[in-house]
Amino acid sequence: MQELKFKPKSKIREFLGEKFIAINAMAALIAILLIFIFIFKEAVPIFTDPEVRQEAGLDKMIFKQEFYEGRAPKFSWQPNSDVPKYSLYPLFLGTIKAALIAMLFAVPLGVGAAIYSSEFASQRMREIIKPVIEMLSAIPSVVLGFFALLVLATFLQNVFGLTFRLNALNAGIALGLAVIPIVFTIAEDAMTSVPRSLREAATALGANPWQVSLTMVFPAALPGIAAGVVLGFGRAIGETMIVLMASGNAAIISASFLDSARTFSATIAAELAEVVFGSAHYSVLFFIGTLLFIFTFVINLSGDVVLSRVKERIQGKTR
Amino acid sequence: MSPQLQTSPMTSIDAIQSLDFKAKSNGYIPKGLTLFAALLIIAILVILMGNIFVGGIGKINIEFLTHPPEDGMEAGGIFPAIFGTVFLVLIMVIAVVPVGVFTAIYLHEYTRRDSMITRLIRVAVNNLAGVPSIVFGLFGLGFFIGFVGGGIDKVFFESEGPVWGQPAIVWAALTLALLTLPVVIISTEEALRTIPAELKEASYALGATRLQTLRRVIIPQALPGILTGSILAVGRGAGEVAPIMFTGAAYYLPYLPSKLNDQFMELGYHIYVMATQSPDVEKTKPILYGTVLVLLLLTFLLNLVAILIRSRIRKRRSNV
Repeated sequence: MQELKFKPKSKIREFLGEKFIAINAMAALIAILLIFIFIFKEAVPIFTDPEVRQEAGLDKMIFKQEFYEGRAPKFSWQPNSDVPKYSLYPLFLGTIKAALIAMLFAVPLGVGAAIYSSEFASQRMREIIKPVIEMLSAIPSVVLGFFALLVLATFLQNVFGLTFRLNALNAGIALGLAVIPIVFTIAEDAMTSVPRSLREAATALGANPWQVSLTMVFPAALPGIAAGVVLGFGRAIGETMIVLMASGNAAIISASFLDSARTFSATIAAELAEVVFGSAHYSVLFFIGTLLFIFTFVINLSGDVVLSRVKERIQGKTR
Repeated sequence: MSPQLQTSPMTSIDAIQSLDFKAKSNGYIPKGLTLFAALLIIAILVILMGNIFVGGIGKINIEFLTHPPEDGMEAGGIFPAIFGTVFLVLIMVIAVVPVGVFTAIYLHEYTRRDSMITRLIRVAVNNLAGVPSIVFGLFGLGFFIGFVGGGIDKVFFESEGPVWGQPAIVWAALTLALLTLPVVIISTEEALRTIPAELKEASYALGATRLQTLRRVIIPQALPGILTGSILAVGRGAGEVAPIMFTGAAYYLPYLPSKLNDQFMELGYHIYVMATQSPDVEKTKPILYGTVLVLLLLTFLLNLVAILIRSRIRKRRSNV
């Protein structure tokens, strides 16, 4: 029998140790709260400061504005002109445009490759696809932006005969490369977690392997795949360096994919360095940051809820 | 496999639909289309890597890696940017690893899985992973530089102008630490899950307390997972530009950062500025490609090491 060494003070030490660990564990929670508070704090003058409100109130950001007498009111983002204009509409349009192209490019490829990897691929092929996706997700976004700026833009210009090298299409495709790993990983995970018994049941009913995949596994995994798409969209909205480098950054109102686009994230990145601390422009940029934060927060929260529900449902945990 | 799998999942999934299988369809179309998608992704990666490799390999030599830039970035090397990146991620790792590991331990060892606080922390971790990197940049500026740094200045350095309340490597590193916190938490948790319960039970049976078990059994066992998480965090942090562009990165500095409140040069930021603001792109192109290749090799190497360690952990798990 070995003597057990319990020192009398060990109880206090246990208590302090547990509390210390618990405090560390709150870091993520506190961080999320602090991020919201400190970004919103800088945006508050938009609502409270009369001078800032005069220049960049909420109404001026949302509605068409008449800045010069006698000219038709319009949306424009020109924070550095003599009469600063802060309409968010061109930026909103640019953000949606770039993200939409990214999704059109990334979803078919990501989901397609995920179906192939989970359903049809041989072991050897799978051992190629998965590391490729992992490498793609490891590429820093500034490198993707660099590639889009120097290589992809020239390629697209030659293919489509464009006047401007940098446009929403160029940025969207590069953005898609950053989204593919997210869509792929979540979609593949959703399909491989479909229980074996479902596959066996379909096979017993006379389905070919590929019919099992498309009529049984894919529908069962669909909510999970959708969650992957939604989370990928969240990434596409928030990604900064790629669009900053590849989109041309002109805040114009145009539905064409071949025109330049300026996104919310790129606007912050491009303008914050030169802005006067505490000015209306400064507050507007933090307000845009608040919008981005809230938007991605909602997207991530709903994506997580769907994913955990799917997992429970697919594994038969609900009655 | 958990026992729940046997309990008729059919009832909960709306999979009952008319099954009309043609006998002779052989599925070339779905197979072909999905294969095409996979091959296209592989091809894009090969083109991207090939382009950067071919463009940058000729530039990489000892001189390029060990000399500072000259002639307004049109000649010389990238040593200050490499040094700054390493210094930055070093501070970041020191800040993020303890917090991340303790969070994972708290979630896994100290609380029940479905308790309120565990759920809240999990939601926070998942959301932190999805916050856009530019928002972290704004936060670093508003919180670390404005609030913390500005506060320190107000209390200790009132007459000297900004000492800490300005962009600095420590603020950039702490901003990155927040961004990479989920990476460390998730891989530590994965490692904790692979530790057999018998080990812990044996430790408790010998009379060890919770903290002693943690120090002597759990943390040593989880070490490879903690290492994986740290390396992945470094790989992620080394490539991020948006969070550091307002919190401390500088395009050109004649000196290396030596104090925590110095500014610094960084590989990713160097790439961004050279690619977008260089007056003569053709002249700086070889240096630009060389820098991109260095950054890419650095992140791939880190990820490769992390993947290798992780696959060893997973093997251990499947042996248990």
